[in-house]
Amino acid sequence: MTGLRYVYAVCRPFRSALQAQLSGVAGAPPKQLTHHGLIAVVSTVPEADFAEEPLRAHLEDLDWLTATARAHQTVIDALTAVTTPLPLRLATVFRDDSGVRTMMEAREEDFRRVLDRLEGRVEWGVKVYAETEPTEAGKPTEPAKPTGLTEPAEAGRPEPKAVSGRDYLRRRRMQTRAREDVWHRAAAFAGRLHEKLSSFAEDSRLHAPQNSALSRAPGQNVLNAAYLVPRADSEEFVELVDRAKDDAPGIRVELTGPWAAYSFTGEFAQEEPEVGS
Amino acid sequence: MTAVERREIALVDLLDRLLAGGVVVTGDITLRIADVDLVRIDLNALISSVNEQVPSPWGELT
Repeated sequence: MTGLRYVYAVCRPFRSALQAQLSGVAGAPPKQLTHHGLIAVVSTVPEADFAEEPLRAHLEDLDWLTATARAHQTVIDALTAVTTPLPLRLATVFRDDSGVRTMMEAREEDFRRVLDRLEGRVEWGVKVYAETEPTEAGKPTEPAKPTGLTEPAEAGRPEPKAVSGRDYLRRRRMQTRAREDVWHRAAAFAGRLHEKLSSFAEDSRLHAPQNSALSRAPGQNVLNAAYLVPRADSEEFVELVDRAKDDAPGIRVELTGPWAAYSFTGEFAQEEPEVGS
Repeated sequence: MTAVERREIALVDLLDRLLAGGVVVTGDITLRIADVDLVRIDLNALISSVNEQVPSPWGELT
């Protein structure tokens, strides 16, 4: 079977060995391809899966995409432990080693410039969610049906079963308002947090908020940001995020990382996508 | 480095980076598959495929 070359990252030569049992996309161990003092980390992948046509089809297969993305990340992670890799977009595939070399030759200056820029830096991901579940514990999630006229319930007291249409509507409004209120507070909180974190970090990027159906994370994602931070300052950055978590009822803050600087390769000269994501 | 939760990385976090980040190298030699447009289309397909499997918790928003 013919093999293609899958390229994970470009980096400078590193001393430490990669884990011996490391396996990449499609199971083959990654190897280093040196060209003019730069290293491309590549592995062989079967043409049957990674040629243009089958790859296009595979990318729409969630299981395949998941396995490939995780394998790619495993290699990048291993590289991050020993050097500062410049990660390539998922599924960057060449016909053979000489194709990889030609690409490295053509982009050599860009690679060096961005590698210099990213040296010793990592990326941290910070997400803020508005928790959208009912805020008052013990309150029924769905309003009772209006069945008759009763006196409005006292605030904080359990509601009687039968409520008037007006009470029903009022309660619906209050629930909607409570949800909007949490959302507004979360958005304001996220704005302040982002300001604080981006002034600490060297650079930042905003990703599109995540779709809750896809992430399956509870709540509504109002901030999905990435921050470029020197490795040496990472502990301080993490503490900054941890402290922000403390006084934010109804708001959840999630930290991921350290990542290779995936979100900060934009300085690399490339055809910019026409629409921002 | 301090240990952030070492649980498995969420797929969406991974895809935010692997499909929207990372260096895009194109040229005659590459198979031209790391295409942003393609990635967009696939992400949309992905989201709708997930939506079919999992009822949205925010029914009124969809």
